[in-house]
Amino acid sequence: MDKLIISPAPHIHSGDSVSKNMTGVIVALVPALLVGFYYFGLGSLIVTATAIISCIIFEYLIQRFMLKGENSVMDGSAALTGLLLAMNLPSNIPVWMVIIGSLVAIGIAKMSFGGLGNNPFNPALVGRVFLLISFPVAMTTWPKPVPFNPSYLDAVTAATPLEMIKGHFGEMPGLKDLFLGNMGGSLGEISALALLIGLVYLLVKKIISWHIPVSILVTVFIFSGIMHLANPEVYAAPLVHLFTGGLMLGAIFMATDYVTSPMNPRGMLIYGVGIGIITVVIRAFGAYPEGVSFAILIMNGFTPLINTYIKPKRFGEKIK
Amino acid sequence: MNLILISLLTLGIVGAISAVILFFVAKKFHVYEDTRINDVEAALPAANCGGCGFPGCRGFANACVKAETFDGLFCPVGGNDTMQKVADILGRTAIVAAPTVAVVRCGGTCDHRPRMNDYDGVKHCFIAHNLYSGETGCSFGCLGLGDCEVSCEFDAIHVNPVTKLPEVDEDKCTSCGACVKACPKLLIELRKKGPKSRRIYVSCRNEDKGHIARKSCDVSCIACGKCEKVCPHEAITITNNLAFIHDDKCKLCRKCVEVCPTNAIVELNFPPRKVKEPLTPEGA
Amino acid sequence: MGGIHPKENKLSAGKKIQIAELPKQVVIPLSHYIGSPSEAVVKKGDMVKVGQLIGKANGFISANVHSSVSGKVAKIDVQLDASGYKRPAVFIDVEGDEWLETIDRSLEIKQECNLTKEEIVNKIKEAGIVGLGGATFPAHVKLSPPPGKKAELLIINAVECESYLTCDHQLMLEKGEEILVGVSILMKALDVNRAVVGIENNKKDAIAHLTGLAKSYKGIEIAPLKVRYPQGGEKQLIDAIIRRQVPSGKIPIEVGAVVQNVGTTFAVYEAVQKNKPMIERVLTVTGKNAPNPGNYLVRLGVYLSTVVDTAGGVPEGTGKIVGGGPMMGRSLMNLNVPMAKGSSGVLFIKEEESIRKPIKNCIRCTKCVSVCPMGLEPFLLMTQSERNMWPEMETNRVMDCIECGSCSYTCPSNRPLLDYIRYGKTTVGGILRNRK
Repeated sequence: MDKLIISPAPHIHSGDSVSKNMTGVIVALVPALLVGFYYFGLGSLIVTATAIISCIIFEYLIQRFMLKGENSVMDGSAALTGLLLAMNLPSNIPVWMVIIGSLVAIGIAKMSFGGLGNNPFNPALVGRVFLLISFPVAMTTWPKPVPFNPSYLDAVTAATPLEMIKGHFGEMPGLKDLFLGNMGGSLGEISALALLIGLVYLLVKKIISWHIPVSILVTVFIFSGIMHLANPEVYAAPLVHLFTGGLMLGAIFMATDYVTSPMNPRGMLIYGVGIGIITVVIRAFGAYPEGVSFAILIMNGFTPLINTYIKPKRFGEKIK
Repeated sequence: MNLILISLLTLGIVGAISAVILFFVAKKFHVYEDTRINDVEAALPAANCGGCGFPGCRGFANACVKAETFDGLFCPVGGNDTMQKVADILGRTAIVAAPTVAVVRCGGTCDHRPRMNDYDGVKHCFIAHNLYSGETGCSFGCLGLGDCEVSCEFDAIHVNPVTKLPEVDEDKCTSCGACVKACPKLLIELRKKGPKSRRIYVSCRNEDKGHIARKSCDVSCIACGKCEKVCPHEAITITNNLAFIHDDKCKLCRKCVEVCPTNAIVELNFPPRKVKEPLTPEGA
Repeated sequence: MGGIHPKENKLSAGKKIQIAELPKQVVIPLSHYIGSPSEAVVKKGDMVKVGQLIGKANGFISANVHSSVSGKVAKIDVQLDASGYKRPAVFIDVEGDEWLETIDRSLEIKQECNLTKEEIVNKIKEAGIVGLGGATFPAHVKLSPPPGKKAELLIINAVECESYLTCDHQLMLEKGEEILVGVSILMKALDVNRAVVGIENNKKDAIAHLTGLAKSYKGIEIAPLKVRYPQGGEKQLIDAIIRRQVPSGKIPIEVGAVVQNVGTTFAVYEAVQKNKPMIERVLTVTGKNAPNPGNYLVRLGVYLSTVVDTAGGVPEGTGKIVGGGPMMGRSLMNLNVPMAKGSSGVLFIKEEESIRKPIKNCIRCTKCVSVCPMGLEPFLLMTQSERNMWPEMETNRVMDCIECGSCSYTCPSNRPLLDYIRYGKTTVGGILRNRK
């Protein structure tokens, strides 16, 4: 080396990278994914693979032929979007719907805003909500979970516990089944245990901070607890709320999406509380039995506002 | 029928009341504005570049109308034509200024100025300038990271990727002065465009002593004083080991260009010289 | 709050301080990192002795400069500093090693100090002592609190939170007793009866050594601190030790604290007790590929290249040489830079580690916000700086930035956050100065 390099300080870097973070989240999703495979068999595998592959392909094509920018498809964010989208879908949904969902997620929600880092709404959720509104039947028909069944499940359908609560029918699975995941639902959302393992991994690896998931879960618990105390006949117990539907998946993986969540701990708490309240309101009073995706998308819309007005605790600021 | 009538009536009344309110409010809060401001603004180039020193063309128009004379008021983009139009609108006489153009006073191309370090930071002159003197031995020369290029609203200055020096496109340059302010090394100067765009200037800002300057760059001004002596018009002064040609005195005789031992004095847009003596080859 | 934990890489830890050889010529810079340059009081051809005053402080924030060698003044000229800009300096040709008679060169520890407060501050001022932590702020300025303000306690910064550097650590191990005497002198100068020495937990031997010695000194405590960068930042250190946060734009005396670096404390001891002005300091020469990382006692004005040659030369495959630590040090254009009062280390960085990785989009991961020790939003400040939004930067408190580099260090998208923030800070600072 004949010429010395000159650059401003700092001269070392942590070695952290976008792809490391994305891979970390994917690894954290593996337990929940395995539970999905375990209960829903081949169908879940097909949906997951389709979503991931089509997301990557769409991102590559858009970047290559429309944006003509530097290709960032290998940073893992497209694969993560695909995986998260798949986790939010029933395992017996037709493959072509998955592809449409991926196109909406990547094409509309992500790349049209300029790619990773610029999208205001969580791409996977936009994809899911698009499918939910366009194909409500396919999106709310769930196969009955059958452990260790490698075949494609579609014959038997089961209602999710939340639908049972809403419609006041069916026999609720026990709390243990809810916790472990033996219930109808999207392929990645059923097992609270597996998702919590993912949360621990994310926290240990410092990929996310605790603020968003904890504030969402605590808010849902308190809010649904108050309603349950007020009228136990109509409103389900708080633990049932916690372990059912997409709440765990949403709180741990969807709401914590870097790009669409607020940028400082105080803002994150407000955002989390907002998601928690909206979720319970939709679940209890709305037309849909489940409201996590809508709640997160609504709060995504508030994120810029939160970022503008809620600032981190400055050093030297008086504690009020 | 009744329903339609009621809605028509209510909306009609609301509309009428609003109109009355608006009428009085508009009267009450009417701001008197000299109409000439609009006329002047229309005559200006609408570039909103700030080259005149006012925030946008409207600001300049406002200042022109308010001021008594045109002292200190000049639109560099529009030039004399525009100022004549403004003068006609306001019924005053325009001050005719010689058109100017930006020149970059550094000739240190990669060949002339060997690189000693590699800069690996943000490609931003100001940041690099705050950090250190530059990749070469010359601490006065161009950093080549293109702050001037970014600052130019008229796409008139570009860093040449080969020489890593900015080059001014004379036809596009409006001499608004944005690049002059952007350059942390103060290399860019607005000089008289000169007849047929002919200009002579010292393309160097190095204030080091001759031998130090020469060591770091082949085409640096070494303050030898030959140009000062040869100039018949006393247009050249040497301060801080650096020659400067005053464009108001320079008669473009080109004597200084011939005597400069380092080719630091540059002539632009002159016809090729009659062969009297061979010029020193480039880079010698 | 905030902070990062880079790999410590204290390669030269436990290496005895070696005395660097004297070169043929030294170049003593007259300017300081901040403040106005000193005025030369010698001229070409003058004979000087070690410790003789050669540059007189010029203004309040300025410091005296003394000759670090004996010999003949060759010239007073400009010298390129680490950034390639010219600074005034005194060039001295070394002849022998003759010290001023007033300087006590014995190694005997002198504990008694019967000087008054004013005499101590004056001695420190005369000796040209500046803060050795890096900012080289004149020490006597900090010891003269503004009227109406009273220091409650003295904090000694022995954190050395920068990775690689070990000069303060080694100094504590070898000169522990002297440092504690220095602390008590400073306490006397400030008229406080409590002093806390903050040391990071990764220097267990130094903590044990100083705790043992401190038993016989009244009012001096040793505080082990969590290993975290930038624990050694003045405001961070005060917060860690007495849980008081210096408000934005204020100086530590606002919360009743005065912070001095541990190296400064040793220099104070030498100046007050031994009459020895600031003419040498400990320098760490290190790097992953350095042939023998070590700590050297170097006279001011010695070219860094000379010291590096003693330490085995510039290793093969070095891409960048940093003066100081890896987080806040300046990359050097070459080694022909004279040793200055603020030089704490020479760090070689391997070629493959010295090139920055390509910049990617901000993924808004919040890591820069969570590591910022001042509670700022680096991602936002960078964007605003890119777009020249100076008033917005001011409201977002860019002037609070301590330029620790944690944000750039941690960014997964390799964004040059600090580069842009520093640009904004400089510009906003200029705007603020003009406003006054």
